[in-house]
Amino acid sequence: MAVISYIEAVTQALDEEMSRDQNVFVMGEDVGKRGGVFQATKGLYEKYGENRVIDTPLAESAIAGVGIGAAMYGMRPVAEMQFSDFMLPAANQIISEAAKTRYRSNNEWTVPITIRAPFGGGVHGGLYHSQSMEAIFANVPGLKIVIPSTPYDVKGLLKASIRDNDPVIFFEHKRAYRLIKGEVPEDDYVLPLGKADIKREGRDVTVITYGLMVHDVLQAAEKLEKEGISVHLLDLRTVYPLDKDAIIEAARKTGKVLLMTEDNKEGSVISEVAAIIAENCLFDLDAPIRRLAAPDVPAMPYAHPLEQAFMVKPEQVEKEIRDLAEF
Amino acid sequence: MIRESSSTTQVKNRHRELGLSDQDVLNMYTQMLKARRVDERLWLLNRAGKIPFVVSCQGQEAAQVGAAFALNQKKDYVAPYYRDFGFVFAWGMTVKELMLNNFAKAEDPNSGGRQMPGHFGYRKLRMLSHSSPVTTQNPHAVGIALAAKLKGDDVVSFVTFGEGSSNQGDFHEAANFASVFKLPVIFLCENNHYAISVSLKRQLACAHVSDRATGYGMPGKTFDGNDPLAAYAAVKEAADRAHRGEGPTLLEADGYRLMPHTSDDNDLSYRTKKEVEDAKKRDGVLTFADYLRAIGILDEVTEEKLEEQIRKEIDEATDYAEHAPFATADTVFRYVYEDKD
Repeated sequence: MAVISYIEAVTQALDEEMSRDQNVFVMGEDVGKRGGVFQATKGLYEKYGENRVIDTPLAESAIAGVGIGAAMYGMRPVAEMQFSDFMLPAANQIISEAAKTRYRSNNEWTVPITIRAPFGGGVHGGLYHSQSMEAIFANVPGLKIVIPSTPYDVKGLLKASIRDNDPVIFFEHKRAYRLIKGEVPEDDYVLPLGKADIKREGRDVTVITYGLMVHDVLQAAEKLEKEGISVHLLDLRTVYPLDKDAIIEAARKTGKVLLMTEDNKEGSVISEVAAIIAENCLFDLDAPIRRLAAPDVPAMPYAHPLEQAFMVKPEQVEKEIRDLAEF
Repeated sequence: MIRESSSTTQVKNRHRELGLSDQDVLNMYTQMLKARRVDERLWLLNRAGKIPFVVSCQGQEAAQVGAAFALNQKKDYVAPYYRDFGFVFAWGMTVKELMLNNFAKAEDPNSGGRQMPGHFGYRKLRMLSHSSPVTTQNPHAVGIALAAKLKGDDVVSFVTFGEGSSNQGDFHEAANFASVFKLPVIFLCENNHYAISVSLKRQLACAHVSDRATGYGMPGKTFDGNDPLAAYAAVKEAADRAHRGEGPTLLEADGYRLMPHTSDDNDLSYRTKKEVEDAKKRDGVLTFADYLRAIGILDEVTEEKLEEQIRKEIDEATDYAEHAPFATADTVFRYVYEDKD
């Protein structure tokens, strides 16, 4: 099995879906000739031409809104938002339109669009090239929000998102693009949306997270294993709607839960995970739920020490797990 | 109301040169009159406490119906906005369906009673579903045109909106996108001179909404919104351009909103009775009837028959919709996502 990077898995999934289904096309800023500012659509313009890899005007609401219209016609657009931070001009199209069209039309009209957006920090991106935007869309029924952590998950989940008959926001961690590599089958496979995945079996402490942080936990878990602390890791993969059964099962498994996100803490996706556990697992818990997240300041600053101060660091992950284990 | 009598006036036949038969223009008038009478009935139903809300079409029927007649009703995609009663009737929605929509009953083909009245959407008629934040439908109409072009389908995508809406970012983004890709879109602004209470001069600094077309590199044209033949001619020309692959057109129907914004509005808090009375003299439903009488297509007998037929249709539709069942409470959970069972 070939080992490829996270971003190569994005490109492969797009390529395979475009070749499988004539209705799939890509649209966004710089996705064509340039192959995307991160090169996620590299080679697709040459292979499929300007009609299926469309460089659009710089206007996010149109990218989403025109994509929605095309989806209503029966196409399967994959719209790229260059950075998730730039999605907000399109928020009305995503929240008021894409998410509600099936519901408001009583199941007559549907919007099978996939909106891809790189998110996450640690790349010297400053306030507006580093944010996690998932919480803004994570109380909008009608949307699905997918955040993969590995190249294998990227390919299977992106293909599933494109084939899904409802709108999906697909957040890709930009620091994972070239940092994370993994084995990816060359054949056609899809992974289920709405299902979390156990990335590591363990006995002592349960960690629930998503995106690049999955790898921080895996590294910490290796280290802690030597100290005799066994970490159970659940990767949410779909952060909306949440896989409640998997969350409850994972929390019950060890009775000690650490929740992690790169996003600002208050009102984040893991706040909802904490509520699910609180509602369902009170008598299964042996320690209070802990949350490790970014501070509640607007976004991460550009200067290196300030960026580092904002981000969750590996030693914090270790410490939190150790504290819980010893609780 | 002063009207010229047909016997004393020589009126030029304006519809024949547009390729419209006498029957066509009589059909146009029928749809306009139907929209007007339905609208009037809705206000009565609202004031009688039978329906909670009315959003009105009065004053805009002429442009709406003229536009619908200029499009291909078998193929084209349309995104009418919430005042477009005249348009949706001419496009094939029945009075019964519109009444079901206003009574918010389960059988309403627009949304099964989920949306407020006038939020049209009818898949069978290739009529897009739309929401309340205004102008969001414009990019959708562009997306329809883009998809049709990618698939090689010869389809025109038609969208309407108000002049206040023409200030929204989505208006601009959609117009620009459509023009850059030369997509077959017709943008029709129904300028009724009021965005709720705010008049035209507080909405636009240019003279016409259609002046904005230049900035997008597309033709723009303003026509008399009280004249269905002017609407027909303008939309027909725009559709012809679209079919020839020449791209989008921005049209503006210069009209007037004869009623308050909705049943919850008091329009006399921001405009005078005299202004409304003056506008009523230009009302397209009346002036087009005058034209048809003058040209000998409409006489008293036909008119009476028409009114009677419409009244009967509205009575039956109202009765049906009033007694039709609401969607049951348990259906509130349905169709959030695809039903996979």
